[in-house]
Parts: sequence; structure tokens; C-alpha cells
Amino acid sequence: MTLTADRTATRTATRTRWLQDNGVYLAVVVLLLFNALFTANFLTLGNFTTQLVQAAPVLIVALGMALVIGTEGVDLSVGAVMALAAAIIPLYLGAGPLVAITMALVVGLLAGAFNGFLVARVGIQPIVATLALLVGGRGLALVIANGQLVQLHDPAFLALGTDDVLGIPIGVLLAGLLALLVAGLTNRTTFGRQLVAIGGNRKAATLAGLPVNRVLVGVYAICGVLAAVASVLATSRLAASDPADMGLLMELSAITAVVVGGTPLTGGKVRVLGTVFGVILMQLVRATLIKHNLPDSIAQMIQAAIIIAAVYVARERR
Amino acid sequence: MITTTTPAVPRAAARTKVLQRQGAAVALVLMVAVSWLVFPRFGSLDNLRDLALQGSFLAVIAIGMTFVIITGGIDLSVGSLYALGGVLAAWGSQYGFLVALALPLLVCGLIGLVNGLLIARTNMAPFIVTLASLLFARGLLLAITDEGSTTYKIAGDSAFVELGRGTVLGFGYPIFIAAVLAVLGGMVLNRTSFGQNVFATGGAEQSAILLGVPVARTKILVYTTSGTLAGLAGALTAAYLQSGVTVIGVGTELDAIAVVVIGGTLLTGGMGTVLGTVIGVGLIKVIQNVINQIGTLDSNYQSVVSGVFLLIVVVLQRILRR
Amino acid sequence: MPTDPVIEVAGVTKTFAGVRALDDVDFTLHRGEIHALVGENGAGKSTLIKVLTGIHTPDAGRVERHGHISTIYQEVNLVPLMSVAANLFLGREPRNRFGLIDRARRDAEASELLRGYGITADVRSPLGTLAVGEQQMVALARAVEANADVVIMDEPTSSLEPREVETLLDVVRKLHEEGIAIIYVSHRMDELYRICDTVTVLRDGRNVHSGSLKELPRIELVSLMLGRSVGEIEKHGTTAFGESHHADAQPVLEAQGLTSRPRIRGVDVSIRPGEVVGLAGLLGSGRTETAKAIIGALPLDHGTVLVAGKPVPHNVKAATRAGISMLAEDRKTEGIIPNLSVRENIVLAALPRLSRFGVISRSKQDRIVDTFVKRLRIKVSSPEQKVAELSGGNQQKVLLARWLCTEPKILLLDEPTRGIDVGAKAEVQALIDELAREGLAVLLISSELDELLDGADRLVVLRDGEVAGELEGAQLTREHVLKAIAAEVMDDADSRQNSHQNSH
Repeated sequence: MTLTADRTATRTATRTRWLQDNGVYLAVVVLLLFNALFTANFLTLGNFTTQLVQAAPVLIVALGMALVIGTEGVDLSVGAVMALAAAIIPLYLGAGPLVAITMALVVGLLAGAFNGFLVARVGIQPIVATLALLVGGRGLALVIANGQLVQLHDPAFLALGTDDVLGIPIGVLLAGLLALLVAGLTNRTTFGRQLVAIGGNRKAATLAGLPVNRVLVGVYAICGVLAAVASVLATSRLAASDPADMGLLMELSAITAVVVGGTPLTGGKVRVLGTVFGVILMQLVRATLIKHNLPDSIAQMIQAAIIIAAVYVARERR
Repeated sequence: MITTTTPAVPRAAARTKVLQRQGAAVALVLMVAVSWLVFPRFGSLDNLRDLALQGSFLAVIAIGMTFVIITGGIDLSVGSLYALGGVLAAWGSQYGFLVALALPLLVCGLIGLVNGLLIARTNMAPFIVTLASLLFARGLLLAITDEGSTTYKIAGDSAFVELGRGTVLGFGYPIFIAAVLAVLGGMVLNRTSFGQNVFATGGAEQSAILLGVPVARTKILVYTTSGTLAGLAGALTAAYLQSGVTVIGVGTELDAIAVVVIGGTLLTGGMGTVLGTVIGVGLIKVIQNVINQIGTLDSNYQSVVSGVFLLIVVVLQRILRR
Repeated sequence: MPTDPVIEVAGVTKTFAGVRALDDVDFTLHRGEIHALVGENGAGKSTLIKVLTGIHTPDAGRVERHGHISTIYQEVNLVPLMSVAANLFLGREPRNRFGLIDRARRDAEASELLRGYGITADVRSPLGTLAVGEQQMVALARAVEANADVVIMDEPTSSLEPREVETLLDVVRKLHEEGIAIIYVSHRMDELYRICDTVTVLRDGRNVHSGSLKELPRIELVSLMLGRSVGEIEKHGTTAFGESHHADAQPVLEAQGLTSRPRIRGVDVSIRPGEVVGLAGLLGSGRTETAKAIIGALPLDHGTVLVAGKPVPHNVKAATRAGISMLAEDRKTEGIIPNLSVRENIVLAALPRLSRFGVISRSKQDRIVDTFVKRLRIKVSSPEQKVAELSGGNQQKVLLARWLCTEPKILLLDEPTRGIDVGAKAEVQALIDELAREGLAVLLISSELDELLDGADRLVVLRDGEVAGELEGAQLTREHVLKAIAAEVMDDADSRQNSHQNSH
């Protein structure tokens, strides 16, 4: 009798594991099928492009978040960093779009490295360390921008948000490239493997002589830069710098996508493809709800439920 | 004998305690003194009354947050619950005083209860659970306001408006409500078993379990309290504004966390005071008031100052604990 | 002699995942007695305590309790940030007539009560501001005030200063006079012989001896804890170690005066290339701490580590770079990265060497992994298998491989054969032998005396964090080691020990 119970338990565990690893792909396929059957004008190139364009900034942030979560950390400040980067852009746009973009990225890098410094060197818990920037970052952005939304007119900068290469919008292309880059970084480089090892067992990693502090600072810095990239992209598409709204609740969207994609919050694992599909899934959910005329309110509540469900499924990993 | 052989954590924590509690109080006194001298309008009774009233709404939320943070948790949903509470109160006011007051408390308390159950029973991280309910509560708010397009008004002559606008000696009722809650909160924290359980849960969860502390029940209770108080703050705000404003409360959770931590409560749990939180509220509101007095300054400086204060306190806590 | 038993255990067996933690154990505790419970790691002490307190239910056997049991643990299980008085009365605070906690009364009662335990500190200050010994005392007071008939003390003095130990022992005697029965778990011979009446020795889950402590010579007690009887040795065969190693060069590792209070004091160890030096001593004598101090993972009060005559900065990275590697005792928490594959676990420490511009060469990796999997005979379905799925012995080999592929000069092995089956054990032992033959300097820590005696060319014996003797050549006998550990009179070790004590 206990044998049967054992076997059932094992089967449940196997099923849970499978769901954790592949649930996101299954869900995307199911949603696509559902929409193909029941949603008018869904299977069009135009619609797909729109969905991808909307998802691109979230994906870029989520990639950085996945790395941070892989080290058993979390970065609550990504939205605030986006606001900061957005506020910087109009200040330097006069000197050319390249300068403006570079400055935005530098701000992201500094913010991220600062978070990393607090986590690695000062030894503050990641949530607590990144909270300070979450509280103050957007305010600082608004102070820089005088609380104003600034319309942008530099055609080269705006082209980032409107142009495409071979029919693929630049933003989508960039997000795809970055996903490949992050995947390569995680799987093929010393840095990536050390990152995963630190998240998997920090004590063992330290005893193995890994450069734990350097890797942690690096990871948060990358996360900050990626948030800035997403901000540049979103700002250019909006044709305006809007620090009040830029990246609002982005930390939630990014964490959700990462967790839904099968990267556990307990660290030690980074699933880049899963994260990409996590972003696509959340985008599809929203699109489906909107196309079926469900109001934003219901959409938000359903998203909240999905987040809880995803974290719940993922939590049994250890 | 070398003293470093004993773990340095707790000894330094005592130092932290003194420094923080005193630190926030000293900063508040200095801030008030300077403002009084520099800005003639600061010391006026009207301004002080207004300052206290503005602070009272945040204080009600922050008292609940204090309990949550002492257990080692965090509640990011209070900003949304604050807004939701206001809308529910305004909508409920058409059915009378009782409904206007009870509805937000019940609904927000219920969401807090769900937060607590999920956190205590499934071991999910508090920040992610309460982030999700932040989203959920916003969604619910939009759902009952026709996607934010309807703002429920409260009849000016209703008893409920009196709750928000009534005064004693010119000081608004919410100030007294917040004061009573602060005293009550301090008493619960320090003079009841529940309070002791809150400290034990956040101070050393594993030990607390071995000592027989009902850790899960304690967690459920603090999140329920936090949700309920956020709802109450929303109801009071609605009564004061005579309407359920849908766009308030964005980022309020961050203000609440900031004042709690600035007031000396350890963000890692196990230590804190309600009085400190009240001082934290005072400090932030005085700073905000001064920024407004200067006039040329952006009101957004307030959150920058909060963030910087938070950072200083957190880094100090960490360094002193080494 | 009181005959009234408060706890009676007969034929208790407890199995965890196929491993027998307790095997047909009998145990009796009489009213008012102080009963020593001793045994090495994994002997079954904690399991027995958990069975006694009811946390575990035994698979077979009978447990009878006639009284209330309180347990105090090695780590103080109180809340450091709460006040001393709050900790003492947590869950049963005195109330005033409004049902609120009467703080004045609580503090007064706590103050009064703790005076009896020799604590005069302010009871309103956070518990954590007290010294560890005083905290332990508060835990003890709390346990006793809960009207306990039996107090179980699990290594209560392991992190105490000498004078704190004295206070604690005084309290234990006082409890004894009040008729409370005590189970005292410790490895410190002096303490045991000073306060305990009776002793139970556990080994490999079995009760190998119960009886009066005073009548049991120290050396016999240590022998019971560490040794297998002659018959058992014959049954298992001896270890897989070969002859002693040839080593005459200058020492490659010299650790001098390693001190990290209160764990180790003034420990010197040196190892020559090709030599295996054993670190002997009971649990808690500072063996692991010495190894951790050498690799830079334990903060030092003072002491230096030299590799090939050059001082090494005190951190893991520098030590690793200088050629020191350490196989940690606790494979799970300090060794393997569970969610990574065997391949990744092996190459972890050598990654920078296997990559170019930060990009890892997969072919180099596969080659090195292949070499080590074959050489160490690691049984895996594929190098991509998750390391968490391997048996303990194979996990240990993976960790050994991790260090070997960094080409270390010095290998610190902390209990390399613990918790792995007999076959794998022999293989690991043979491997250690082979590595030393190839010129590696090895520090071997083991609780098994046979393993040390057979495997090591020289033994450093630790007792209570200090070097109690160094043995080599003809001195490498069971009897010499036991004597050194048990602190019985020994010619050269004695003078050495005195000089150590005088320096404090």
C-alpha cells in the first residue's frame, strides 16, 4: 500500500517537474491554438509584429532579471532605473542620439553596479538593497526631468522605435539578439557558469575559490544596463521621455516572466529560452483578454492569479 | 580575553537600536527647529494641523507595515489597498456610515488574509505574493469604477464625511484615529503575547518554532492587520476628500516601508517600534512640507530624500551588525 | 543509587532512507542522575535525543517517559534581538489585571531567577548582548523553569570560554542536587569525568556500552567511541591504504600558530610533498577548523600559512591560487552544487583555466572530465547527469576530481570517506594513497582511527583546539593515539601541552 502511495508521489513529482520545465511552452501553444480558433484577425503578420514590439522591452529587462534571480537574488529597482534612463535621454539628445543612448546606458550601469556593490560587498539582502533605488530612483528621475514629459523629435533616435530591418522592427531584433547573447553568456562563459554555481550553493562556490563578489556586482550591473536598453527602446517608441510612467511595475512583469519561464526564485538555474517564452506568454494573455473585450481590470486580476500559480508551481523545486 | 569570539551580531544590534531610534528622533527635532526658523509659515497652527492630517493617513498604513516588517516580511500591496479602500468607502457611503466604514475594512482585510495565508502556508516569498495582490487590488479597483472612469462622490452632509473632515480644536479626526491606533499598536506589540510572537517570528524563525511560537498564525495575522489598516486609511482619505479617488496610492507602499525603516525598524525583522514609525512619518512629512514651502523645488524630491534616508539606515544597520 | 527510572528505552530501532540511525538501542535514565551520552558524528546521538523527546517515532522498540523533558541545543535556540526577560518568559509572560504583559514583574522575576544561575546582566537588554555562555545559561534556565524533570543538554559547552564552562557546570550540579535528571552530550573528557555519573556510548547506531563512568578509564572510553573491536576489523578487512610514503623534501605547507578563539589555539601543522599527515582528535577538537583556517575560510585571530616558504594571504581565493584545495566535510552544503551536472561540478574551480576570453572550451572540458571520470572510476550514466542524483561515494569522487583538475600542491581532506559505502570507501582510500605517491601533500581528517593509522605517515593529535601531540613512525599505534586524545600522561606530549596552557 505504501508502495502505491510512493509511486503516486513519485509520479506527481515527475509531473510537477515536467510542468515546471515545460509548462510555459505548453501554455503558449495552447493560447496560440485558442486564438487561432476563436479570435478574429489574430493570425496576421501585423498582429504578431505588434505583440512582439510590445513585448520587446519587457523581454530585455527580464533577461537581466533572470541572471539576477539565477544568483538567488532579485532586483526590485529595474522600473526605477528605466525611469532614470528615460530622464537622461532628452538632456543629451542635443549632442546626438549616440551620446544620449550612451549616457542612458551608463546610468543603468552605475545604478546596477551600485545595487551589486550593496549586495556583494556590504552584504545587504538583494530585496532590501534594491528597495532604496526603487523608492528614490523614480523621484530622482522626475526631479531631473522637472516632473515633465518631454516630447522627442530627433529623427535618428525615433527611428529606433519605428524602423525595421528586413521587416523585423529594430526593437524586436535587438531583444532577440540580446536573448541570444545572454543565453551564450549563461551557458558558454566562465562568468555564466560561475553565476549559476553561486546561486546553486554560495558556500560551496566560495570554498571553490570562485570570485563571488565580482560575479555578483557584474550580474547586477548587467541587469541595470539591460533595464536602460529597454528604457531607450520604449522611450523612442513613445517619442517622449516620460519618467513618471516609464517602467512602472516593470519589476513585477519581469519577475513574473522569469518565474513563469521556469527559473526558480531559489537560484542556481537560468532559463533564457523559458524567460523569452514567459514574456511571450504574458503578452499573449494580455492580448487575448483585450481582443475578447475583457477590460484591463479583469486582465490585471488574471495576471495576478497567474503569477501566484506560477510561483506556487515553481516553489517545490527544493 | 578577546571579545570577538562571541557573535558580534546582537551586541552591535543594541548599538543599532539606540542609534536608530535616537537618530530619527534627533533628525526630526532638528528638521522642525530649522524649518520653524527659516520658514515663517511652517510654525503656523494651520500648517501644523495640515501636516499632522497629511501624516495621519500614512501613519495608519505604516503602523500595519511595522508589524509586517518586524516579522521579517514586507507588504507591497498596501498602496493598492489604500486606493481600493477609498473607492469602496465612497461607493458604500450611499448605504450609510456603517457600510462605508465596514466594506473597505472587510475587503482589504480579506485580501490581507489571503496574502498571509499564501505566505505562511505555502512558503512563497512575501514580496512576490504581495506584488501580485498589488496588481489584483488595482484590477479590482478598476473593475468597480468602470475602468477608472467613475469617481464615487460622498454626500457632503453624511456622517461619514464628518469622520474625515471633523475637527477637535482644529485638529482633524484622522489625527486622533492615527494616534489611538499608534498607542494601541505599541501596546499590542509590547504588552501582549501576540506582540512577543511577532518579535520572535522575525528575530529567529526557526528558534521561535522550537520555542512553541505559532509562527504561521502570527504571519497570517500581521498581513491581515496590514491589509485592514490600509483599507481604513483609504476610507479616511475618501471621507476627507469626499470622494473615492482612483489614482491615489501609487507608490504609497514604498513611502510606508521607508518611514518604518527610517523609524528604526529592522528591515530584516525582529526589532522595531511603532513610536519610531510615527517619528519616521513625521520626518518625511516635515521634509515634504518644507519642499512645498520652498516652492521652487520639485515635490519629487521627497521620494529621493526617502530613498537616500532608507539607504543610509539600511547600510548603517548592516555595518553595525558586523 | 537512585533506581527510579524517568526514561526507559528498550530495543529502539530507527531507519532513515535505508540507513540505520539506531539499531536495537536500550537506554535507561534514572531520577537525579547525570548521564553522559557520547559517540562520534553519525553514531546516533541526535537521533536518540529526538526519539527521547518524541520528535521521532521509532520504527521498533519501546520508549517510556515519566516526566517532562526539556532540551537545550548546541546553538542557542532563543531570539537574540528580544530582551533576556522576554526570552525567558516567552509564551508564559506574567500578566496584570488587564491581561497585558506585566513587564515590571516579568523583569523583576527574570532578574531574580537568573541570579541563581550566576547572571547579573540587565534582563531588559537584548539577549544577544550577553556572552554566549550567559545565553546558554538563559536557555538552561528557561528549560528548567518549564518544570522539567529531565534536561537534555546537547554539546552545551562547545562554544563557551573556560570560565563560562565553569558557571555552566556549577548550574548543572545545582540541578542535580534538586533531583533533576540530566543527559549530558559532550566530547570533552574533562567535563564528562567531572560531572557525570553514568555513560552511554553509541557507535554506528548501537549502544556499545552503558555503565558507571568513574569505573571506565578514559582510554577505554575513547576506544569505545572510535574503535572497532578486533573482531570487527577482521570481518571488514583492513583499509585500502598501502605502505607509508617516501617524503624527505622541505615542507610545502607550513601552518603556524593558527588561532581562532574559542575553536583553535596555536595549532601548527606542516606537510611535505608526498606525505599524508593525519589530523586526529574527537569531534569538536578543532580538526575541521584547522583545515578551514589553512584554506582561509575561517577568520583568524592570528597565525600564518606558508606554501613553499611564502606566506599566503588569508582568503580562499589566494589559498586556492597558491595550490591549496579542500574537500569539505559536509558534501551537501559546502561541496556539490546540486542542480549542476557532474561535468560542471568537476570543472567548476578550473573554469578560468579552461576558457579563453571568458568563453569556455567545451572540448577541453570534455577531455578533462573524461579523464577524471575514468581515473577516479566515477559511476555516472553520462557526465551530464545531475550530481544530486549520484551516490555519496560518487559525489565525493566528483569533488575530489574538482580539486584535482586545478592541479593542487596541497589537498585538505575532511572526512573523505564519511557516509559512503564500503566499496567506495576503499576506492577513495586507495586514491588518496596514489595521489600522495604522485607527490601531493595531503592533510587527512577522519573520525576513524584505523583510517588515520593506516593512511597517514604522521599524526597530529588535537584536543580542545590545541595540538596534544605529534606521532610518527613507531608511535603510530592505536594506544598512543588514544592516550593523546584521552589526555593521559604521555612523555613528550605532556610537556608540550603544559606550555600551551601556560601561554593563556
